[in-house]
Amino acid sequence: MNWYGIKAIYIHEMERFRRTLFQSLASPIITTSLYFVVFGSAIGSRITEIDGINYGSYIVPGMIMLTILTQSISNASFAFYFPRFTNTIYEILAAPLSSFEIVLGFVGAAASKSLIIGCVIILTANFFVDVRIDHPLLMMFFLILTSITFALFGFIIGMYAEGFEGLQIIPILIITPLVFLGGSFYSINMLPEFWQKISLLNPVLYLISGFRYSFYEVSDVSLLTSTLTILTILIGCIIFITYTFSKGYRIKD
Amino acid sequence: MKNILEINDVTKFYKNSVKALENVNLNIKEGEIFALLGPNGAGKSTLINSICGIVNFNTGTIKINNMDIAKNYRTTRKITGIVPQELNLESFETVWNNVNYSRGLFGKKPDHNYIEKLLKQLSLWDKKDNKIKELSGGMKRRVLIAKALSHQPKLLFLDEPTASVDVELRKDMWDVVKKLNEDGVTIILTTHYIEEAEELSDRVAVINDGKIILVDEKDKLIKKLGEKTIKIELFEPIKKINGNLLKYNFTLDQTNKIISHTYNLNSNTTDITELLNDVKKDGYEIKDINTEQSSLEEIFIKLIKENNNELVRN
Repeated sequence: MNWYGIKAIYIHEMERFRRTLFQSLASPIITTSLYFVVFGSAIGSRITEIDGINYGSYIVPGMIMLTILTQSISNASFAFYFPRFTNTIYEILAAPLSSFEIVLGFVGAAASKSLIIGCVIILTANFFVDVRIDHPLLMMFFLILTSITFALFGFIIGMYAEGFEGLQIIPILIITPLVFLGGSFYSINMLPEFWQKISLLNPVLYLISGFRYSFYEVSDVSLLTSTLTILTILIGCIIFITYTFSKGYRIKD
Repeated sequence: MKNILEINDVTKFYKNSVKALENVNLNIKEGEIFALLGPNGAGKSTLINSICGIVNFNTGTIKINNMDIAKNYRTTRKITGIVPQELNLESFETVWNNVNYSRGLFGKKPDHNYIEKLLKQLSLWDKKDNKIKELSGGMKRRVLIAKALSHQPKLLFLDEPTASVDVELRKDMWDVVKKLNEDGVTIILTTHYIEEAEELSDRVAVINDGKIILVDEKDKLIKKLGEKTIKIELFEPIKKINGNLLKYNFTLDQTNKIISHTYNLNSNTTDITELLNDVKKDGYEIKDINTEQSSLEEIFIKLIKENNNELVRN
């Protein structure tokens, strides 16, 4: 293993995060605070509790998931697309690094950034509502696994994007709607039966549900199904990246 | 001297079926400076990028230090460095971070003393804390060289190292290249500045339309394919060439005072002493004699023209 190479990519990416620390943290903190104002105070005054949990507290795991998913994708996609855009990718391709090591460096950094932001959001949420974490280890398991999985997904977008606008299309058109419709701010039990069935087709529902279980021991689907869903997405991303790298497609042509 | 690089039958097609390299065969000896000459789009950068692992090639094998670059990519890439043609650098990073990052990528333990020495050698030490965007084009080119040398490679590829740089900087770059070579680094450079190849290289290859059309030692090439012209200025103008001079295919210039004869350096067809005797015998008084030897550039243009004509015929 080229550990120095992996470390170089990781530190290089984290250095970019450090340089833009204010923007990186300010945006999710402001967004989270706004969600609390809008959903927690305005709507929360009408919905007092869901599954015995105060509405403001209930939406915390969903909000963290929303941020983790979007941040993991945008961090990883930008991190890999940027050297392609500036042509500095030549150096990474010419280095004695396997595709696994390249992915480890970029995805590791993107997931780390998301984890930091996720922890900041938990702290921010504490200023607005009581946040209880019944299973901290399970919470960390979901947090880390989701960060890595969606950083891998972002890496794929970074490999395929034709321009900066291409980096935004999937997060805006697919991921954000899936998160909003995946029970971030409500339980699917509140929906009519038909829409409950439709919601079960949304993979993000399983992530939010499992993550919420680690906080309050309440979930829309079983913990096992949630874990299997995230692992399936993770394996799917790994296979796709491995295949793409082995062909050199879009990078080495 | 042993070969540090062996390229056998390498062919590369791009996605749009454009053939970029066709059955390229080339051996590079350890310790030499090798110039790869060719017009734009001839395949120079594609060949270098294929060797360095930046693009995949379709068929053939490439060996560095007798090791296949696909099977032993870790070992072979560790001893290879590349300076790209474009100024591909991260604008917001400092020189210091940029160069140390490159060393890390190539799997080398941090060595700040070596990087300091390298930056001083390339006159970049004063700029180590500057961001890349604050540097001039010439400085950026030096940063690229520093990055390529950060992991102490044995084989260095310079892709158009002096493209778009001024004359003074070009000479500086040449000095850097010569010094690197003296320190034991084998250098392969692509260029379309013939004077650069003439100044630096030991051997030269000409590539056109993805094919290597010639490989030879620079001096031999000039001797083999070069021509020399002898120009004799006479005291008095002449109306036309006649007498003994007819056998030399002399040409007369517009002033009717200078007669010129061109001959191949490698052929023994022209005896200069006899030629001068014949001029004298015909009663001409010689005012001055001048000789001009064809440059590598003229040879290169001649070769490319011949090759293009051959391609058209086929």
